[in-house]
Amino acid sequence: MSKFKKNGGKESPAINTSALPDIVFMLLFFFMVATKMRDPSVLVRTNVPTVSEVEKIVKKSWVNHILVGPPLNTAEFGNSPRIQFDDKFGDVEGANGVGVFITMKKNEQPEGIRDYLTTSIKADRSVRMGLIQDIKQELRKINSLKLLYSASEGDVEE
Amino acid sequence: MADIAFLLLVFFLVTTTMDQQKGLRVQLPPYPDPNVPPPVVEQNDRNVLEVLVNSADQLLVERKPLRLEALTDLTKKHIQNEGRLPNFSDSSQAAVVSLKNDRGTSVERYVQVYNELIRAYNEARDEYSRSKYGRSYADLPDKSDEQIAVKKKYPMKISEAEPVEY
Repeated sequence: MSKFKKNGGKESPAINTSALPDIVFMLLFFFMVATKMRDPSVLVRTNVPTVSEVEKIVKKSWVNHILVGPPLNTAEFGNSPRIQFDDKFGDVEGANGVGVFITMKKNEQPEGIRDYLTTSIKADRSVRMGLIQDIKQELRKINSLKLLYSASEGDVEE
Repeated sequence: MADIAFLLLVFFLVTTTMDQQKGLRVQLPPYPDPNVPPPVVEQNDRNVLEVLVNSADQLLVERKPLRLEALTDLTKKHIQNEGRLPNFSDSSQAAVVSLKNDRGTSVERYVQVYNELIRAYNEARDEYSRSKYGRSYADLPDKSDEQIAVKKKYPMKISEAEPVEY
């Protein structure tokens, strides 16, 4: 039985931590690369529909986002759906409209890829298509024809 | 050293948003030139599957009400008809799905309907690819001859009506 008795004086050896910085740095670099820093403050609620045939976006920087939904701050902005791009409210038409915004975004990109830019419409499921239709018309006017209806993957629920 | 790295690591951990961009990809038609009258396209009625969605999110397909679950099968029947049934398309190349929605249709229902139409095409392409090449459509290499052939056999022609002014 004395076989299993611990020898009083012996301590368990300390774990070798010399490789810890390497691991931490590796994780750090991973998250640095994976992080998208420009996270615009969201002003509207966008609970997107769930459908089955979604496609993933490969080139994230080639996508411009338009958010449509009821404002989160209902006390100040009311309940009716609003359009948001970058981090401010916008309109369908005019100087602060969809067309102006997308054209501006297009001009920031090099000439060669402008035709590949996609506009992602991230609309709350409760929004009515009338508003989306108006946005689509504006996009057609500036010949920005690639569109993505943002949706999450899953089974379609009735 | 490790402390600073940990600090940065925690910062990036907290700020990272891992959300993936997913959605239904759609190509819009070019904006019609107001000076040019729209071209008159002779389209055989049997080749067009008419899908209407009203403001109460109800479906009307070929002038008959339909449940959403039945839409994929009906669309597939339409595009795979190859001239068999008189009400459906002559051939898969000629088949067109016309989608028309009301201004009051919800985004959820519109996206769901669009999804069912895309699903019908994906399934039809997949079945064709399996019978012809023994591989699923998704497994065909991108821009390969096989993929182009399948796409040519089942071109996704989902036409959206011009919005009507009320």
